[in-house]
Amino acid sequence: MSAAASPPLAAARRIPWALIAPALALFLAVVIVPLAMTVLLSFHDWGQYKGIETVFILKNWQEIWSDSYFHEMFLRTLRIAGLATLITVVLGAPEAYILNRMRGTWKGLFLLIILGPLLISVVARTLGWALLFGGKNGVANIALMRLGLIDAPLPFMFTETGVVIALAHVLMPFMVLSVWAALQKLDPQIENAALALGARHVTVVRRIILPQIMPGLLSGGIIVFSLAASAFATPAIIGGRRLKVAATLAYDEFLNTLNWPLGAAVAVLLLIALVTIVVASNALIERRYAEVFR
Amino acid sequence: MSRNGPLALIFHTLFVIFMVAPIVVVCLVAFTPEGFLSMPTHTLSLRWFRAIGRYPEFVNAFWMSIGLGALSSTLCLLIAVPASLALARHEFPGKAGLSAFLLSPLMIPHVVLGIAFLRFFTQAGLSGTFPALLIAHVIVIFPFALRLTLSSATGMDRALEQAAVSLGASDWTVFRRVTLPLIMPGLISGWALAFIQSFDEVTMSIFLAAPGIETLPVRMFLYIQDNIDPLVTSVSASVIAITLLALVALNRMFGLERVLTGHSDRSR
Repeated sequence: MSAAASPPLAAARRIPWALIAPALALFLAVVIVPLAMTVLLSFHDWGQYKGIETVFILKNWQEIWSDSYFHEMFLRTLRIAGLATLITVVLGAPEAYILNRMRGTWKGLFLLIILGPLLISVVARTLGWALLFGGKNGVANIALMRLGLIDAPLPFMFTETGVVIALAHVLMPFMVLSVWAALQKLDPQIENAALALGARHVTVVRRIILPQIMPGLLSGGIIVFSLAASAFATPAIIGGRRLKVAATLAYDEFLNTLNWPLGAAVAVLLLIALVTIVVASNALIERRYAEVFR
Repeated sequence: MSRNGPLALIFHTLFVIFMVAPIVVVCLVAFTPEGFLSMPTHTLSLRWFRAIGRYPEFVNAFWMSIGLGALSSTLCLLIAVPASLALARHEFPGKAGLSAFLLSPLMIPHVVLGIAFLRFFTQAGLSGTFPALLIAHVIVIFPFALRLTLSSATGMDRALEQAAVSLGASDWTVFRRVTLPLIMPGLISGWALAFIQSFDEVTMSIFLAAPGIETLPVRMFLYIQDNIDPLVTSVSASVIAITLLALVALNRMFGLERVLTGHSDRSR
């Protein structure tokens, strides 16, 4: 530290804290306090006519715990997130591998095409799926029928299938990016050595490539899963008003029903569930693949 | 390096079609000459782009998003740069936890942040105001800016600063003439990424939006909830076009995957 030579030690020790203080103060005031207020809110009472009553009761939590409507909704949220994650793994990982084997110009171009959508508004991308799915004459159904893959139009709009496909598309760049980053650390000489020793290509992928990109695949999976489970715009547009997931239900409670305490409970539960899943799987991955990360 | 086989190329082609199909469809439908949702089959028409001008709510929302994005990313950098300097070059107790804390908005679902901000700003008497939306955006985009400024501050050659100090430069001169130019690429890409994140954000903003302070994605989302017509496709196509321009520029300057993975340093 260059400045440490001149000012006394005590003053030097204060420098990093002074530099970080604005960010820290902002985060304490406008992240921690609001989150704590939301947790508190989930214990408040609410009535159609009396509004929010600042008491401490377990009513909202009991309602979520006992009402099968909420169980189904949370199960649906996790199911949609799990399936969307699965699709991004099955399609995104091979694509990252293929991209990585392309030559310079093509690689750059297709990387731009595949990662670029990440920066395009999620509303615009979901609108694209709504147009593709839309009704009986949606482009997706016409294309599938022309290809002879299906006889009658499939319902995509307002179904879980539609939400899963659209979410997989919206979140795909995260998976490609994550596997791509893992592939960059790979030494191509190991692959060449295996091939030179007579291994078949399938064996090389299974025994050499896959184990090494596994951490990238898993961390990509965690990112996609948590974003899919908390997604709002895509399930709201494709799923419609009836196919509720956690985020859209919380939104409804807040801005339509105006039952803020119940909405807060749903949101807090979503947060707890996701943080638990993410932290647990991160710990698992780091223990399992400690040597790869080193 | 071995080449991709024919099967791999077929897979790749299908994958690319899957990725671009929804975006292409939006852009095609935007050029329809008809009064309803349809692919333009005979002729392309700009009627729905012209129609945007007649709906001031979209035009106003667009300028709101631009202003909010520019202001929030600038404010964000003003606090992210000192924070990243502290994290990059000082050792102090609790550093790792602190940096995780400052990156935590990445892990908190935006719907939860939206609810927390709505409750907080309502209690503070600021609900439905621009400052509330602005502060919320600064928080949400902060991790993106921090990652990029942090990586350029970490990758910087400290010897240049020490040389300036030994030649008698004051602290402020060192920062302005040596440190700042060296971390500038990280600052610019951090600002750009923060701006795009702010411009695209919908889930959190929708909780804080009120008539007059609606961002463009929020306006588009609320419009789509009511009905989908060619107007919203031409608005979306315009947003896509602007984003693509920004994307190509960002890619030219810094390399897209570097910006997205948070490594602004070219040498890495």
